[in-house]
Amino acid sequence: MGISIENVSKSFGSFQALQNISLNIESGELIALLGPSGSGKTSLLRIIAGLEGLDEGAILFDGSNITNVNPKERNVGFVFQHYALFRHMTVFDNVAYGLKVRPRKTRPSKEAIKQKVNELLSLVKLENFADRYPSQLSGGQRQRVALARALAVEPKVLLLDEPFGALDAKVRKELRRWLRKLHDEYHITSIFVTHDQEEALDVADRIIVMNGGKIEQIGTPEEVYENPASPFVYDFLGNVNLFRGRLHNGTLTQGTFTMQVSEDLQDTTYDEAVGYVRPYDIVLEKEKPAIDTVAATITHIHLVGPNVQVELKRQDEEEYLEATITHIHLVGPNVQVELKRQDEEEYLEAALSKEQFRSLALQKGDIVYVRPKQLKVFVPEDFSI
Amino acid sequence: MRIALTSISLLFLAVFLVVPLVSIFITAFQKGWETYVASITHPDALAAIKLTLLVTIIVVPLNTIFGIAAAWCITKFSFKGKNLLITLIDLPFAISPVIAGLTFILLFGAQGLFGEWLLTNDIKIVFALPGIILATLFVTLPFVARELIPLMQTQGTTDEEASISLGANGFKTFLYVTLPNIKWGLLYGMILCNARAIGEFGAVSVVSGHIRGMTNTMPLHIEILYNEYQFAAAFAVASLMSILAIVTIIIKNIIEWKSGLQGGGH
Repeated sequence: MGISIENVSKSFGSFQALQNISLNIESGELIALLGPSGSGKTSLLRIIAGLEGLDEGAILFDGSNITNVNPKERNVGFVFQHYALFRHMTVFDNVAYGLKVRPRKTRPSKEAIKQKVNELLSLVKLENFADRYPSQLSGGQRQRVALARALAVEPKVLLLDEPFGALDAKVRKELRRWLRKLHDEYHITSIFVTHDQEEALDVADRIIVMNGGKIEQIGTPEEVYENPASPFVYDFLGNVNLFRGRLHNGTLTQGTFTMQVSEDLQDTTYDEAVGYVRPYDIVLEKEKPAIDTVAATITHIHLVGPNVQVELKRQDEEEYLEATITHIHLVGPNVQVELKRQDEEEYLEAALSKEQFRSLALQKGDIVYVRPKQLKVFVPEDFSI
Repeated sequence: MRIALTSISLLFLAVFLVVPLVSIFITAFQKGWETYVASITHPDALAAIKLTLLVTIIVVPLNTIFGIAAAWCITKFSFKGKNLLITLIDLPFAISPVIAGLTFILLFGAQGLFGEWLLTNDIKIVFALPGIILATLFVTLPFVARELIPLMQTQGTTDEEASISLGANGFKTFLYVTLPNIKWGLLYGMILCNARAIGEFGAVSVVSGHIRGMTNTMPLHIEILYNEYQFAAAFAVASLMSILAIVTIIIKNIIEWKSGLQGGGH
């Protein structure tokens, strides 16, 4: 079922939770509502479910306005962060609840309910737990019961509020993969709220990034990660290094360090521009390179893909920054290097592959030469970290 | 240190609880078993017992319904004047029962606000059963609500939201989800309410008029007997009330134990 949200606003007292939100969700999509706490993502989810009223705007399911429809009539499956299982009922009774409370006319027979519940319990791999009580299950098992319970009423939309937030990292990853698989099999329109960018990038078809009650960006995981629409999205999705400086005629200047900025910022001047660089876009050199070595470095740019926004055009040796290595993290597939700039009291973070790291033979305390391979400038600065 | 503290509290309990309780039964049986039986089967005594039970049977369910409704709207909804409502629920605890009784006299007595109207329509409230019920209702009003509000506050509303989103209506949600979640707290509140309804003296004393065999509840009957120096009879009826109190405490403890077992599983 397709969902349209039209100009929805909501405030709690003087706190504006949602400001004029509009978006369309296609039937069968798996959507992540991503944002920090207080960004309004949970309010939006609860408004779609009807658990919260809205001040202005409308919610449409498949084109029909359901803004004033009672939540019990909306046919929405809702999964709560802390499961909200009925503690005095067994797993079986929990899953059967939505079918048992139907009016007599539409209620399935006892046998049909039993069959349906067992089907769902095997779907969530809890066939042998039907007689247990929620208190006898682990967190991951409880959340699977909650999912089975929500699916029992055959909802047209599945809404999940931080579904894996209360679980430990390993179970979270498992359930996440399982949710993706479930969605690929059933194609039920699903929206899940999360503050974990990795979770959103990993699972969702599309991500809606929210901040301060507004939508910052809507796009596929690749789009929002590779091509952030705002400084906030840049910062929220992954680590980022900041280069604050003055932008003039396509050059970002910070002290003695200058970078050429391409594209549409050629003719503009801003005193407080900020350049954003991902750690893996930072190039490290042991020796201060001569001009011709740079050509070799630039060939790396093709790895970044078609979305290169701002390309650094090296003109003189000043474009390299001197920095000291303050810390090296060796865990994981990448090597993370923490750097302290020589010219400013600022720290940078770079990510290298293990081979690069080995061939450079970096050590803590070494002085290296740093160059951003790719940098995006947002002006004027309307967001600070 | 521990031994000293334990013996102090045990001594205190013995002096202020066990000794009076035992003395009630000793005085009650002072003039023998026959007198005891005669005292509690005297028509006036039986009338007082009946009246007390009748008042309790009417008051406890009414205050249970009120308590659930008040706790429900205080904990599950947000609205203006919520704090005022909570304060109002506490009012009967703050006001002396005698004052509460007098308020009803001022409202419904012969000289009262509605006195003339009631008189012309031949409705008796004060010095009759309705007055006693009203006074008891007022005094025992907070018990159920006070017990449920903190309980329902900690439980939150997600269970109800889950039920509604699964298609259950408000009544089914209450019956299958809310009620099982609050049942021990509710029972506990009802027992406290019941104990107070049986034992209420001050407010009832003001509105009842002390008509023997008609508007005397058990505590009022005991007072009358005592004032007439019928100590054995007074204490016989008092022993009945003590037994009720002891039974209440035992049930209360069973409930606490049971709800502790249930709560411990989480």
